[in-house]
Amino acid sequence: MVKFAVVVFPGSNCDFETERAIRKAGAEAERVWYKTSLKDFDGVILPGGFSYADYLRAGAIAARQEIMEEVKEFAREGRPVLGICNGFQILTEAGLLSGALRPNKIPRFLCRWVHLRVNDIETPFTSLYEPGEVIRMPIAHAEGNYYVDDPSKVRVVLQYSDENGNITEEANPNGSVLNIAAVANEKGNVLGTMPHPERASDRFLGSEDGLRVFRSMVEWARR
Amino acid sequence: MKWRVTVTVRLKEGLNDPEGRVIGKALKNLSYSVENLRVPKCFEFELESDNPEEEVEEMCRKLLANPLIHSWEYSIEPVS
Repeated sequence: MVKFAVVVFPGSNCDFETERAIRKAGAEAERVWYKTSLKDFDGVILPGGFSYADYLRAGAIAARQEIMEEVKEFAREGRPVLGICNGFQILTEAGLLSGALRPNKIPRFLCRWVHLRVNDIETPFTSLYEPGEVIRMPIAHAEGNYYVDDPSKVRVVLQYSDENGNITEEANPNGSVLNIAAVANEKGNVLGTMPHPERASDRFLGSEDGLRVFRSMVEWARR
Repeated sequence: MKWRVTVTVRLKEGLNDPEGRVIGKALKNLSYSVENLRVPKCFEFELESDNPEEEVEEMCRKLLANPLIHSWEYSIEPVS
């Protein structure tokens, strides 16, 4: 059975939900303390939370821990690397994804459901979605305002949209360039997403739309 | 040799600074004619080094700033 590591830094707090979502998607998952090693895993997930209390910049300190060298190795080898919320911030700070996540345009913590348009289904994390499909997931962040000087440096995977999939200014909660909510690297095996798929992985949570992120990833890793 | 270092990291020109906007507004509410308030970050530390300029520049690039969105400057004084 394929097995994923969920890396836990001091201050990570979505690790249990993420582990559960991966298991529900049909793979093994294990929470791994950042001081240990990532040997014997097929992919790695950096979960949400507030690693190192968001000191300096969100994700900046976690991105410079030794375990990130192993994460970079995963990325180079083409194995799946998924960063959710704080995990996305860590991936940009570590240089695994282009761009930066800046404080929200309206400077406050946003915690709410959003609509998203799936823009790229050619990644290991989105292969079970329909192109242009509109899905619902929650966001919960203060620093999710995605900035990149040249958007052609990334693959835009999810965009904040209205419920009909229109990419509008009103549907952009945090001021991100081009309403970007999730991006992937050129190969597609490294994905950063501000919306939380693990919090939308059970109908009792209000949506199951996020579960296919994990199902896609598991299916891809099995090949 | 030991040095006293002060690093200032600021958002690049043209990038929106939400914290600065809120603080500027609060000063306006106190009836000061404040405009374009920005909030740079300042780091002060002592450094043992034979090569302080090079090391501080590297620190900024590697951790203290994000080169995509920040510019930085520093002063380096010998500790007597």
